[in-house]
Amino acid sequence: MNTAPEPVFSQPWHAQVFALTVYLNEAGHFDWPDWAARFSTTLKAHGLTRELDGGEDYFNAWLETLESLLTELGQTSPDQVEQMRKAWEAAYLATPHGDVVRLGT
Amino acid sequence: MTGLIATVGLMPHDHSEHPHALLPPDPALRVKALETILTGKGLITPGALDEIIDTYQNRIGPQNGADVVARAWSDADFRLALLKDATPVVADLGYYGRQGEHMVVVENTPEQHNMVVCTLCSCYPWPLLGIPPGWYKSDAYRARAVREPRKVLADFGVTLPRGTAVRVWDSTAEVRYLVLPMRPEGSEGLGREDLARLVTRDSMIGTGLALAPGGGA
Repeated sequence: MNTAPEPVFSQPWHAQVFALTVYLNEAGHFDWPDWAARFSTTLKAHGLTRELDGGEDYFNAWLETLESLLTELGQTSPDQVEQMRKAWEAAYLATPHGDVVRLGT
Repeated sequence: MTGLIATVGLMPHDHSEHPHALLPPDPALRVKALETILTGKGLITPGALDEIIDTYQNRIGPQNGADVVARAWSDADFRLALLKDATPVVADLGYYGRQGEHMVVVENTPEQHNMVVCTLCSCYPWPLLGIPPGWYKSDAYRARAVREPRKVLADFGVTLPRGTAVRVWDSTAEVRYLVLPMRPEGSEGLGREDLARLVTRDSMIGTGLALAPGGGA
């Protein structure tokens, strides 16, 4: 029997999006059954086109659910998220390797 | 905007290959974008997310469930209370659901083997088992556990006696199940800590059995 521990999160962003969701739930922005129902709907929609393996695609569905929930709650908008994503991308590309990446400097 | 920083270079690699910081994958940047926006609105306290990640990476895991199972094996009153209403019993040990879920423990017997799935998404007793493994979240397990549980068990290397029925429990956001595996033969006389070492994560999901003492890995 393989007893080697598997990493809890295989990618740092999986942990980040998980923690962000748990945090917002605990702060009272939405309740967990509502989250689970929405997430289930996304998983179903994704699963229609291919079989999900429970890894990267699972957290992609998770992120998509969180993005649409936050939009619905009026906390973010798709345009705003896309702009901020681009800003981070630009920051990474403009930062010499090994330096700390800062936004908008 | 200042004060928003990220550290890079988590993976060891040849620095000379990258003139700029290693660009994270698209979804990672989208998560960062959400974090930045929500932090800017004052909805996220800096450090709060790291604390949640640390908790789930280091403090919550199957060792919690194994502790509960070992107690149930060695204390008849605890076992009865656990089977009757697990939520307050495990909360007393410090294992409580942060999402307000109810915990239900189902006991394996020679007559009935229990197995847990979440057909909805991936509901799981986080406080007792931590974050579910990839296979628990896969479409294949979620669909097959209900349809052909014995075949799934066989895939996990578990063959049950013909007389043992298999019951599959479907977790929801409100109710999370934990399997109380059968105490293995030859474990008489073991203390609670030694017993806990026999309790695997899969044995508490129902896709495995508890290990035999001295059986090795």
